[in-house]
Amino acid sequence: MAVAAETAQATTPTQHTGLTDRAKAERKLAYILCAPAVLVMALVAGFPILYAFWLSLRREDLRFPDAGEFVGLSNYIAVLTSSTWWGAFTNTMIITVVSVLLELVLGMLIAQAMYRAIFARTAIRASVLVPYGAVTVVAAFAWRLAFDPATGFATSLFNLEPPPLTTHWGSMVVIITAEVWKTTPFIALLLLGGLALIPDDLYKAAKMDGASAWQRFVKITLPLIKPALMVAVLFRTLDAFRIYDSLFIITRGANDTESVSLLGYEQLVNRLNLGLGSAVSILIFICVMIIAFIFFRFLGASPERR
Amino acid sequence: MEQYTRNQKILWGIGTVVVLFYALIPVIWILSLSLKTPETIGDQSFWPKEWTLENYSAVFEEGLGFNRAIINSIGIALITTVLALAFASMAAYAITRLDFPGKTLILAGALAVSMFPAISVVGGLFNVWRVVGLYDTWPGLILPYLSFALPLSIYTLSAFFREIPWDLEKAAQMDGATGMQAFRRVILPLAMPGVFTAGILAFIAAWNDFLFANVLTSTDAARTAPVALSFFRGASQFTDPSGAIAAGAVVVTIPILIMVLIFQRRIVSGLTSGAVKG
Amino acid sequence: MADIVLDRVTKTYSDGYTAVKDLNLEIADGEFMILVGPSGCGKSTALNMIAGLEDISSGELRIGGEVVNKKAPRDRDIAMVFQSYALYPHMTVRDNIAFALKLAKRPQSEIDSKVNEAADILDLQNHLDRKPANLSGGQRQRVAMGRAIVRNPKAFLMDEPLSNLDAKLRVQMRAEVARIQHRLNTTTVYVTHDQTEAMTLGDRVAIMLHGVLQQVASPMELYNNPKNLFVAGFIGSPGMNFLPATIDNGVAKLPMVDIKLPQDVAERIGRVDAGKNLVAGIRPEDFEDARHVGVDQRERGTTFKTKFDLVEAMGAEYYVHFPAGDSTVESAQVDDLLADAGGVAELSDQGAVVVARLDAESRVKVGEETEVWVDATKLHFFDADTGEALSSR
Repeated sequence: MAVAAETAQATTPTQHTGLTDRAKAERKLAYILCAPAVLVMALVAGFPILYAFWLSLRREDLRFPDAGEFVGLSNYIAVLTSSTWWGAFTNTMIITVVSVLLELVLGMLIAQAMYRAIFARTAIRASVLVPYGAVTVVAAFAWRLAFDPATGFATSLFNLEPPPLTTHWGSMVVIITAEVWKTTPFIALLLLGGLALIPDDLYKAAKMDGASAWQRFVKITLPLIKPALMVAVLFRTLDAFRIYDSLFIITRGANDTESVSLLGYEQLVNRLNLGLGSAVSILIFICVMIIAFIFFRFLGASPERR
Repeated sequence: MEQYTRNQKILWGIGTVVVLFYALIPVIWILSLSLKTPETIGDQSFWPKEWTLENYSAVFEEGLGFNRAIINSIGIALITTVLALAFASMAAYAITRLDFPGKTLILAGALAVSMFPAISVVGGLFNVWRVVGLYDTWPGLILPYLSFALPLSIYTLSAFFREIPWDLEKAAQMDGATGMQAFRRVILPLAMPGVFTAGILAFIAAWNDFLFANVLTSTDAARTAPVALSFFRGASQFTDPSGAIAAGAVVVTIPILIMVLIFQRRIVSGLTSGAVKG
Repeated sequence: MADIVLDRVTKTYSDGYTAVKDLNLEIADGEFMILVGPSGCGKSTALNMIAGLEDISSGELRIGGEVVNKKAPRDRDIAMVFQSYALYPHMTVRDNIAFALKLAKRPQSEIDSKVNEAADILDLQNHLDRKPANLSGGQRQRVAMGRAIVRNPKAFLMDEPLSNLDAKLRVQMRAEVARIQHRLNTTTVYVTHDQTEAMTLGDRVAIMLHGVLQQVASPMELYNNPKNLFVAGFIGSPGMNFLPATIDNGVAKLPMVDIKLPQDVAERIGRVDAGKNLVAGIRPEDFEDARHVGVDQRERGTTFKTKFDLVEAMGAEYYVHFPAGDSTVESAQVDDLLADAGGVAELSDQGAVVVARLDAESRVKVGEETEVWVDATKLHFFDADTGEALSSR
């Protein structure tokens, strides 16, 4: 029996047109309840994006406040023809793809370890939550100081020469390591949630049918946790693409490790060039929306949790 | 659960140890660094050879402004959490239980907002906040924090509200409750575990922010602990600030870690509640 | 207290699905009305519309003479008992029962006395300070009843209130519900899918199928004069046997026997075209072991010989199954009955199977040829195409 009290006034001719008192009161209450959240989100997320778009079409430089004028798309042209943008974009893509892939593999292993854990189940889950709880800035410091030529234990322990933080690829490795360490638990927990929903009997049945451990993983586990997996990957990809905190701490863009978010920050805050900075911001926004669209449209991620 | 062979046990045992190492090494390292004396801080060893609490007393000296930053962080994260919970529980209730046009639009909007890159939002706010006087103030950070705390709380709470049987709500209506009374006296008390979980997640997210705080503050008035940490310099240019940074990092992290460990069940259920059901 | 009138009430959802179609029902003041039917027949939707929990798409709902279509549930002054009981888990039994009175801002002394009165009626005095989680199923059910009666409302609405209880407790609570309703004499609308509950509880029973009211009448009237195949098959357990039949010259041709129709049956069903496809309905209790039929009774019917496939000894009676030819009845309404029974047809491979109830003394055996008597005055006939009962009226 249908439980949802759906309204049908619109579709059927009735002798009592219009809404019942209940439906009217319900609608009014719903709008009152949603209003604060919607207004705040519009104010602090919707409006700034529109404003940034407007700024990106103008020459706006805080060092020359009176020189503002409409310049059309020239900020975008300036950004898209600069090697700085494309360098930052490449770095961001490398960091995103590599760290999400590593997180997936590691996350799956950790989820399996947590799921199948024979000893110290709680200890594992607790310790896995440590990176999740650690502030990103702190995690970045931990890794930077570990590889720091002066203080770090890792540089001398593994006898790294030259010290990683003095080279481009060395820095990228440290950045990705920090990112992976901090966020793998999130993926692992989501995957664990997915694993817990698979009935144990399915594995037993597959075993009886003669499936090897690897076959059981590929034929049963993967397809069944795909929904959880795709949502986790979507959120992590968007997150990684926006990387800023740990980069700011570890290299602050040195050794050509700038990300697009860091580039936007440099333009907006250090150079006070709001027009150019906003163009970068809007480009990042568009990239994120494209990534989300690809996930929704082609990879079947649906975080609509209804 | 199936029986394990001896080899499997050893394998999973090793796996367990590796996971523990993986998760804990960086945190233990920063803790160990914070306990080193200034003389031994450059010795590149994992464990301190001489132990000291000097770095901690240095961190809390007036000049650094770290005390003030901690207070800012706690205050801003707490107020953000309370506001997000209040607004989000109202919205989540309407979305899960009431029938009104525009419901899917609000859900999709919240989802989109949660995907907005902070950098795309912060530039506009940077400019407007300076004009309207919110730059470098608590409200100036709390408002943008709501942009990620609200969608997070709305989705977490919606998942919890959906678990509460519809019949309870109908029963409340039949008993003569208005929609608001049904929400306040029946649904909200039952959803308290969910509210609590959403609160922890929102608090952690607000505590963790760096970008907004880095751009929208300039003085001790509203600068949060992570930003203050990034500003640590040695007393002179010849002093290595690593010890102080490590100590500050530990101070910032420990309260959150304790909270995470106490409420680990709730956090895990909160993180997975929405996503898993697909 | 008040009467409830549904006047051409229709419920259509926004996806175009019509759950209730043109429902006309007049429930008198103090009457116990049962809405019964298979799941999806619209009975719960109808109840929810009376409650105000679902909007009415068209038509008019009057409670105590007043049109309440647009009134919110809380302004209709009716109480409801839910299948899940819907007890507030964070409140004690006392607070659960008192919740409505508290919302209505009644004085505390009145609340206390009313709660105690309800607890007396329902034998809940010792449980008032416990939480619902600590109660047994039967106690929870009584708390749900208490929450309804404490308000002294215009009407009670009950949505399958007993279906979560085990079989024994259900019979016990059924008696209790009837007792309370008589004592309070409050108009009651009771939804169930269980025909036994419908027969035993109701002053009148309304049978619904696919959102359409099939027949509304007293239990005995439904049993004796069902208006169509569905009603005939739904009421009674085991259900009525349906067999393909024709009537020619006052003789009904059934697969196992030809029966000369008695005068009153012929008058009841009116004129029938020879050779018209009919469905004959015979209730299991209208069969008997011919040896146990008295002489005076015997002439009301006909006897025939058959062998039983299956004999179920119930103690007080026997249920026997025997085949009745290769042809089976095909009708949409019979399909609906089958769907309600879980789709298990006894008409399996060798055609129709007839179930008969025989006297406990008959001591019949499987495979033994037995003479069976059938009461011709109790025969029902239905139009095979429409499913409607044949009637001269």
